[in-house]
Amino acid sequence: MSFPLLTATAALPAVGAIVTAAVPAARRTAAKWLALLVSLATLALAVTVLVRFDPDGDRYQLTESRAWIADFGVRYELGVDGIGVALIGLTALLIPFIILAGWHDADPSPSSQLRSSRGGPNETKAPYKWRPTQGFFALILAVEAMVIISFEATDVFLFYIFFEAMLIPMYFLIGGFGDRAHAGSDENASAQRSYAAVKFLLYNLVGGLIMLAAVIGLYVVAGNFSLQEIAEARANGTLDMATNTERLLFLGFFFAFAVKAPLWPLHTWLPNAMGEATAPVAVLITAVVDKVGTFAMLRFCLGLFPEASKWATPVILVLALISIIYGALLAVGQRDIKRLVAYASISHFGFIILGIFVMTSQGQSGATLYMVNHGISTAALMLVAGFLISRRGSRLIADYGGVQKVAPVLAGTFLIGGLATLSLPGLAPFVSEFLVLVGAFARYPVVGIIATVGIVLAALYTLVLYQRTMTGPVKPEVSAMPDLRVRELVVVAPLIALLIGLGVYPKPLTELVNPAVEHTMSDVQKKDPQPEVEAAK
Amino acid sequence: MSASAVHSLWTMAADPVDKIGAPKIEYGQLSPTLIVIGAAVVGVLIEAFVPRKSRYYIQLFVSVVALAAAFAAVVGLAARGFGTTKAQIAAMGAIAVDGPALFLQGTILLAGLVAVFTFAERRLDPVAHGNRVDSFVAQAGSVPGSEGEQAATKAGFTTTEVFPLALFAIGGMLVFPAANDLLTLFIALEVFSLPLYLLCALARRKRLMSQEAAVKYFLLGAFASAFTLFGIALLYGYAGSVSYATIANVVEGNVTTVDPALADTMGNDALLLIGVAMVVMGLLFKVGAVPFHMWTPDVYQGAPTPVTGFMAAATKVAAFGALLRLLYVVLPGLRWDWRPVMWGIAIITMLGGAIVAITQTDIKRLLAYSSIAHAGFILAGVIATTPDGVSSVLFYLAAYSFVTIGAFAVVTLVRDAGGEATHLSKWAGLGRRSPLVAAVFAVFLLAFAGIPLTSGFTGKFAVFKAAAEGGAGALVVVGVLSSAIAAFFYVRVIVLMFFSEPKADGPTVAVPSPLTMTAIGVGVAVTLVLGVAPQYFLDLAGQAGVFVR
Repeated sequence: MSFPLLTATAALPAVGAIVTAAVPAARRTAAKWLALLVSLATLALAVTVLVRFDPDGDRYQLTESRAWIADFGVRYELGVDGIGVALIGLTALLIPFIILAGWHDADPSPSSQLRSSRGGPNETKAPYKWRPTQGFFALILAVEAMVIISFEATDVFLFYIFFEAMLIPMYFLIGGFGDRAHAGSDENASAQRSYAAVKFLLYNLVGGLIMLAAVIGLYVVAGNFSLQEIAEARANGTLDMATNTERLLFLGFFFAFAVKAPLWPLHTWLPNAMGEATAPVAVLITAVVDKVGTFAMLRFCLGLFPEASKWATPVILVLALISIIYGALLAVGQRDIKRLVAYASISHFGFIILGIFVMTSQGQSGATLYMVNHGISTAALMLVAGFLISRRGSRLIADYGGVQKVAPVLAGTFLIGGLATLSLPGLAPFVSEFLVLVGAFARYPVVGIIATVGIVLAALYTLVLYQRTMTGPVKPEVSAMPDLRVRELVVVAPLIALLIGLGVYPKPLTELVNPAVEHTMSDVQKKDPQPEVEAAK
Repeated sequence: MSASAVHSLWTMAADPVDKIGAPKIEYGQLSPTLIVIGAAVVGVLIEAFVPRKSRYYIQLFVSVVALAAAFAAVVGLAARGFGTTKAQIAAMGAIAVDGPALFLQGTILLAGLVAVFTFAERRLDPVAHGNRVDSFVAQAGSVPGSEGEQAATKAGFTTTEVFPLALFAIGGMLVFPAANDLLTLFIALEVFSLPLYLLCALARRKRLMSQEAAVKYFLLGAFASAFTLFGIALLYGYAGSVSYATIANVVEGNVTTVDPALADTMGNDALLLIGVAMVVMGLLFKVGAVPFHMWTPDVYQGAPTPVTGFMAAATKVAAFGALLRLLYVVLPGLRWDWRPVMWGIAIITMLGGAIVAITQTDIKRLLAYSSIAHAGFILAGVIATTPDGVSSVLFYLAAYSFVTIGAFAVVTLVRDAGGEATHLSKWAGLGRRSPLVAAVFAVFLLAFAGIPLTSGFTGKFAVFKAAAEGGAGALVVVGVLSSAIAAFFYVRVIVLMFFSEPKADGPTVAVPSPLTMTAIGVGVAVTLVLGVAPQYFLDLAGQAGVFVR
């Protein structure tokens, strides 16, 4: 057996997480560097996966298969297709930036140091051993490991385990390391933060448990969890699912992914979680973890239950459209920068889900590209917003004004991130949004028309945000604001370079993704509506 | 009548047991029980003859050696094939030696061993008058708050009787799931219940609460025992025998020769149904299923915490074992009658336990309601009526018992001036004060909640899978929903520990001796191993899934 590259890619951050957590309390900086190095090494492994992957080869490559829990018909099966490779790449790429951006987020704050030294009467007996810094970076690496293995798993049970287990480190990241730039008092902030964390956990846990019922149902019907075996058995007719069974199982799976993605009306946890979490953790949620939801729709919903997917398409398209419009409208109305980005993300997830379920190859290619591009553009926008917020100590848009005069580089990068979010041609998200819309128009013109409204609204919320915060007279509070530091530039510059690069030359990404999308399309036995498209041209 | 007839999928034939001859006792096959009971008797003698100073060490030594030896005996029996090919009825038809019995006995012995470690912990309470003290009262007979009590404490008395009491209880629990006739079942029930009632009353702190718990447990338990006994009498009237195999044959209509003395009643279905209902009621009382759960929160809260952990783990294992044997060996012919009722009980148990737990403010009561919800999940596996159902329940019980003992052991560590600080508000910020203890407790809570990569998930998946395959899909949906409800309160405790600021007058975390550390360490290890690599143990439970008849 050759070197288990996929296992290594997921195991490296997992081991890194354990080692990071074990770094002694006094060596905070060492823990940070260790986490950064581990994430960079993981990126190197992810690049190796990318290089070793042959887009025109087999559907699942670099496969690994080992016995695990024979009683449940579960095997440890890994394999990647083009979509998986792209998303593993995205994850491994973003984590170093997230770590770097959150470099000081988990330093013990002066107030908590004060509190610990003041302490209670028992303080001498139980010394203050809380090590937030080590915990923060260890949790980020743990999330990375679980997300990567979710993108690799071709066994439904294996996927489910990490899909669920991921919630625990995310929960601690949201609840344990809040944004210090909070309007209210300390007490209030901590209450809101744990509310956001609990809301996140409960929404996702309920979704996951409903999926668990469907996973068990799948076992009863199919007898094993292997994606390939089930697909083969369905293709050659040895596995016959009753229509109703398939629909129920599909709904169980889809519900969990729709919570994670998030799709209207299951989205309400996202603005809370992104608002209360630190900016890097917010990026981790929306750019990395949520992608597992949309990825799983493509791989598991369409792959396992093609007929039910087609049956549910109309409803899902409507929900996706509502997400697009509703998310954008609420983004326009936000007063809080981070919540604005959260609602914008809901709108974008609407586009991604729309692209998946219009069942055209342009739509699905666009959706996959969108997952990657949305990750990069949101990371850029949100991280710069985080830098901005940490300078002023407020998340409210109204507290800013004229920043571009005092911190031009910050304002400029913020603008590029914003323009990417509104899908300006020349920046990466444009290609994907365009493909999604083309795919939508090809099959459902009305859907395409409504979705286009979302773009207009995107321009509105992004530009208004920029105008209110960056232009106009310089507010006295921001007059002394320093521009981006070197560390911050190191975070932002590569992301912006990627946005421009992939916007001008998206070919490598599309070539990687397209064959995989063809496979997914053949899963659902849908062909692109050729004649109409030809006629329309 | 042929007892060797294979009558269904999940029982298999044993050697005929109706030979008439001198009583023949298979000492080798009964050795686990005999060792434990023998050690308990020795423990009583130690109380009588050994000086007070050295009793603690000798009792602890005897208990640990006896439990370890009994476990070795179980492993030896299983290795010689008594769990599978050589499964048989021993002791003149009174005891079954088969897969489920050996698996459950092994689980009870290991759980008991770990629990005895927590019983023996003497570093948590502050030293009183120069003596290290454990969780148990100095002198059970002294009136709480009296001068006698103070004198007993000053004299450094300790209640080392807890060790033989625990051994007697374990001895009864070993027989309970192996009992192959109704009278043995009843005697085993009493043998393990009476020591437990006593143990509940022996808390060192909050003695009135402890005694109240014991009285409550005793009264309700006696009530349930009476029901069981009445049910047994009715079943005898129905079948003319208390032996499981004979009753099963009568239920299936294989017996035509009617005992002349019972000619009026034999084969009367009313007797059968009422009798079964009453016996099952007694067993459901012991597992704490709704609506027979009323005693659980009070007793769990009042009893000394090590006893609570022991009770929650081992009693549940023994009682579910007996319930499985009764339903699978005696009553498979009646399953269309009992399944709907058990469906109902499983549903209200799952939902009731989970919903009421949300409102709890005391960690021990919270864990009590959580144990009720877990009883509901296990019932879902019981209802499956397949060999998979049996093995999933066996696995769940093994996984659950170690999590439970570990969790209660952690509860004993968190203390303030009044003893254990069990009120939830006092747990605020524990994660900041002592991250390790809080993290360990969080692992146990996540296992209770059934989060993947813990034993709780594997167990839950196993029972739900068995239930779904057994045609109880609706039960799985209810189970999943109540898991979601239950997750809420487990998470609430985690929030409290990690995200709340520690209070200035909060409790301290005592540093325990290696005894409690072992108990907690074993709990964590089992939780993670059964979560990540459960295959070996699933195999074990799978092989043990066949009852002998």
